[in-house]
Amino acid sequence: MSSLQMPKVDGSILSKKDKIVSDIGRIINPKNVLSHPDELRPFETDGLTAYRQMPMAVVMPETVKEVSSILKYCNDNKVKVVPRGAGTGLSGGSLPLEDCVLMAMGKFNKILEIDYENRCVVTQPCVTNLAITHAVQDKGFYYAPDPSSQIACSIGGNVAENSGGVHSLKYGATTNNLLGIEVVLMDGTITKFGGKAMDSEGYDFLGLMTGSEGLLGVITEVTVKILKSPEIVKAALIGFPTIEDAGNCVAEIIAEGCIPAGMEIMDKALTKATNDYSKAGYPTDAEAMMIVEFDGTEHEVEAYIEKAKQIAEKNNSSSLKVSKSNEERLKFWAGRKAAFPACGVLAPDYMCMDGSIPRGKLAEVLREITRLSKKYDLPVANAFHAGDGNLHPLIMFDANDKNSLKKCEDFGADILKYCVKVGGALTGEHGVGIEKRELMCEAFNDKDIQQQLTIKVALDPNSLLNPGKVYPILRKCAEEGRVHVHGGKTKFPDIPRF
Amino acid sequence: MEEKQNFQTSLDFNQNIFKPSTREEIVEIVKNCYKKSIPLEISGLQSKNKIGRNFQAEKTLDLSNYKGIIDYKPEELYIKVKAGTSISEIEEVLKKNNQQLAFEPIDFGYLFSGESNSGSIGGVVACNFAGSRRFKVGSVRDHLLGFQGINGKGETIKSGGTVVKNVTGYDLCKILSGSFGTLTVLTEISIKVLPKPETSKTLIIKNPHVKKALDYLGQSLSSSTDPSGGVFYPDYFGKNFILNDLTHDGGLTGIRIEGPMNSVDQRINRLSKELALIDNEFSVLDSVQTEIFWNKTKNLEVFKNSKSNLTRVVVPISETLQVIQKLKKDDLNYFIDWGGSLIWMAFDHLNSKILSEIKETTKNHHGYYTLIKIEDDFKASADIFTIDPIKYKISEKIKKSFDPKRIFNPGKMYTGI
Repeated sequence: MSSLQMPKVDGSILSKKDKIVSDIGRIINPKNVLSHPDELRPFETDGLTAYRQMPMAVVMPETVKEVSSILKYCNDNKVKVVPRGAGTGLSGGSLPLEDCVLMAMGKFNKILEIDYENRCVVTQPCVTNLAITHAVQDKGFYYAPDPSSQIACSIGGNVAENSGGVHSLKYGATTNNLLGIEVVLMDGTITKFGGKAMDSEGYDFLGLMTGSEGLLGVITEVTVKILKSPEIVKAALIGFPTIEDAGNCVAEIIAEGCIPAGMEIMDKALTKATNDYSKAGYPTDAEAMMIVEFDGTEHEVEAYIEKAKQIAEKNNSSSLKVSKSNEERLKFWAGRKAAFPACGVLAPDYMCMDGSIPRGKLAEVLREITRLSKKYDLPVANAFHAGDGNLHPLIMFDANDKNSLKKCEDFGADILKYCVKVGGALTGEHGVGIEKRELMCEAFNDKDIQQQLTIKVALDPNSLLNPGKVYPILRKCAEEGRVHVHGGKTKFPDIPRF
Repeated sequence: MEEKQNFQTSLDFNQNIFKPSTREEIVEIVKNCYKKSIPLEISGLQSKNKIGRNFQAEKTLDLSNYKGIIDYKPEELYIKVKAGTSISEIEEVLKKNNQQLAFEPIDFGYLFSGESNSGSIGGVVACNFAGSRRFKVGSVRDHLLGFQGINGKGETIKSGGTVVKNVTGYDLCKILSGSFGTLTVLTEISIKVLPKPETSKTLIIKNPHVKKALDYLGQSLSSSTDPSGGVFYPDYFGKNFILNDLTHDGGLTGIRIEGPMNSVDQRINRLSKELALIDNEFSVLDSVQTEIFWNKTKNLEVFKNSKSNLTRVVVPISETLQVIQKLKKDDLNYFIDWGGSLIWMAFDHLNSKILSEIKETTKNHHGYYTLIKIEDDFKASADIFTIDPIKYKISEKIKKSFDPKRIFNPGKMYTGI
C-alpha cells in the first residue's frame, strides 16, 4: 500500500520551496502559510489513513480573492495544488503530494445567509454538513444529504465528492440538493455556477463540478436547498431467514410504490457483531436483518409501514418490530451506526469497501463475497444501503501479517470488480480518489477515460490541480480500493462512518 | 462531393438527411463529418427543434429510427432506451407497472404545432426542461443515471450507469443534460423511474392577484404538507379550464398534493387551514381532474395556437413579483409554475427593446431566461439563451473537449459554440 505511485515529483519546484513560501506569504497573511514539518504533519493524510505524505507547504486563504491569487501564482509557476476541506474523505482525495501546496479551506467556516423565502442556505465551504441543519432546524427545516460523517465533514467536501447518505434514494445525493457554487479555476478565474434560481442557463457546470473530486476547481461558496422536516419518522426492524428473502422484500417494497427514506440490510455476521457491541436488540438468529424507515405525514407513514409489514410477512420474515417512539427508532439505528467499532472488536484490522450494485443482485453478490471469503480465508461482514444499492463489505485481516494484508487487498478488488460485472459501480459514495484509481478501467474503456481527461485539460491545461487522483496512473487494474482501519482506530474514531 | 468509397457501410453520404437505425451507422456518419468538418444538425421527433438559434448545417442526423426499449427493470427503478424512443412509448410502458418519469416531460407539441408531440427521450434530455414537479423531484438531469453517446470525433463514450448511487469519474450526465445536442450525440439513455403516487388531488384557490398567489405558494412549499405542484393563472387564463369541481372561471392558484389516499386528504385539509381559506374560496380537484389540470399546465396548453412569442423566465421565488411588475405590458400574458419560480411569458409583440428589458431584469433578479418561441425574422438577431463572458469562455473549452471541430448543432446555443 505504501508503494502507491503518485505523479513524478518536480525537483525544480522542491528546490524553490523557500521562494514559493515567501511569495505566497506576500499574497496572503504569512501566518497562514505553513512550511515547518511540525506544522505540516497534521495535513499528511485524510480519512484514508493508510496513505501519508507531507506536502511542501500548507496555505490557508481567508477570502476568495486570496484563493484566486494563490491559484494564479501556482498556475504561472507550475506548482501543484491539492485542495482540502475537513479532511474526512475516505478515498484519499486530499492526500498531499511531496511537491504540492496544500490549500486548506478551514478558514471558510461561516454560514453567509439563511434564506427561508427561497428555502436555501448560502455558506462557505468548510462549514460542516450538520451545521447547516443545526442552523435551520429551529424553523423546522433541514439539509437532506446526510453522510454518516456529517458531524465533521465539510459541505465543500460533500460537493467535491458528491456525498450521499442513508437517505439518498428518496432525497438524492449532494448534486440533487445543490443550487449553486462559487468556484475558482486553476488559472485564478472566479465564477459562479447556478445560484438561488433552479437549474441554470447554458451548460450545467454546477453538475460537472459536483463529484469532480477537487480536480476542476476550488469551491469557495455553496448554496444548498433546505427542506421542511417531515412531520413523523418511523422505522421497522425486520429479521429474515435468508438473504434472498430480505432481497425479495426490498424489491417488492419498491415495486409496491413505497419509497422509504432509508432501507438498510446487514448480514448475520454484522448483525451479531453490532448487537454484541451496542445491545441494540437485533434478531441475531436471522440470516439478514433489515431496517426500513419512512417519513412524511402521519397517515402516509402509517400506510407505508403497514404495507412494508405485509410484504415482509409474505417474504417469510422471522421477526418484526415497529418503532413506537423516536427513541426506539434511534436505538434501531444505533447498532447499524456502530458497525465500524463493532468490527474493530472482531479483528485487528478491517477494510471498508464501497461498491454500488443493482438492488436485485444482493443475494448473488453476497454469495460471491462468501465464496471469496473462503477462498482468501478472511472473515467478512456486510452492510447494505438496500434503498440505493450501496454495498459496504468489511473485510477483517491483520495488517501486521503482510500475507494477510495482500490477501485483503486482492479480496477487496475482486469484490469491486464483481460489483461492476453485475451492473453496478466501483464507488457509491466514497469517491475514487487514489484508492480506486487503478480500478477505473474496470468501469470505463480508454475512450471514456480520455473524454474525461480532455475536460480536465480544458480547465487545467498543466494538470496542476489535485493531480494523481481519480484517473489511473499505472494504466493497469491494480489491487486497490478500500478504507483501512487498524485496531479499531480510524483517524477520527468518534465520527460515524457510512 | 462525398468520397463514398472511403466508407464501409451501405450509407449514402450524398444524402442530406441521415436516418440511421444502428449505432454503427451513427458512428460512421459522425466520423465522416468529423473528417470533412461537415456541420450536422441533430434531430429527434421535431417537437423542440424550433427552440434555439438558427444555424447552418449541411446535413441532418435524424435519430427517429434509432429507437426502442433496451432494458426496463421496474424493481430497480430504471429504464434504458435508445435516444430516439418517443416519450409517449416510454410513458405507456411505465404506466403498465404503475411507474412514471417523475420530472414530467413537457409536451411542446401544443405550442409549436397545435397538437400533442412529446418528442423523444434524447430531445428531452438535451433540453432539460422539467415540468411542474421540478421543485420537489429535480430536473431531467437529476433523473439521468447514465448514457452512451458519440462525441464529435465519432468515438463512443459513456458515463454513469443504471444504479442511483455512482460517483465514479466526472458526472457527464449533467453536462450533457441541457446541452442542446452541441456536445455529443446521445445514443442510449438510462433514466430513473419512480412509482406513480397512489392518488393526487389539487387545491384550487379562487384568487386573481399575483401577490396573494405567491404568498399562498410560498407558504405551501414551506409547509410539511409536501406539495408536488404550485401554479398561478391570472384571470385571462382561468377560463381555459373546464372541470367539474372548478367552481369559478377567474384567476386561480393550484397546489397539488400526492401520496396514499388517507394522507392526501389529510394534507389537503391541513393546507386549506394553514392558508386560512374560507369555504367558498377554494375547491378540490379529484385525481382525474388533477391529471387533466397538471397535464394542461406542464404542456403549456394555454398557449396552444397562440401566435405570441413565449419566453421562459426562471428566478428565485423571492424575485418573481418584482420581475412581473417590471415586465408588465398590456400585451403580456403569463402564468407561474414551479411553486413560484418559473414564469412563462407571452408578449404579442416582442422586439429588441422588450428583450433587453427582460434580459436586464432577469439578470438583476438573479435569474435567467430562454426564448422558447419567437418570430423568424426577429430570431436571427435575438439572444435565445443568456450567458456571461466568463461562462462563455469555459463553455468554448468544454465544447472543444467534446466536439473539437464544432460539427454538432454549431451555433444553436451561442455564436461560436
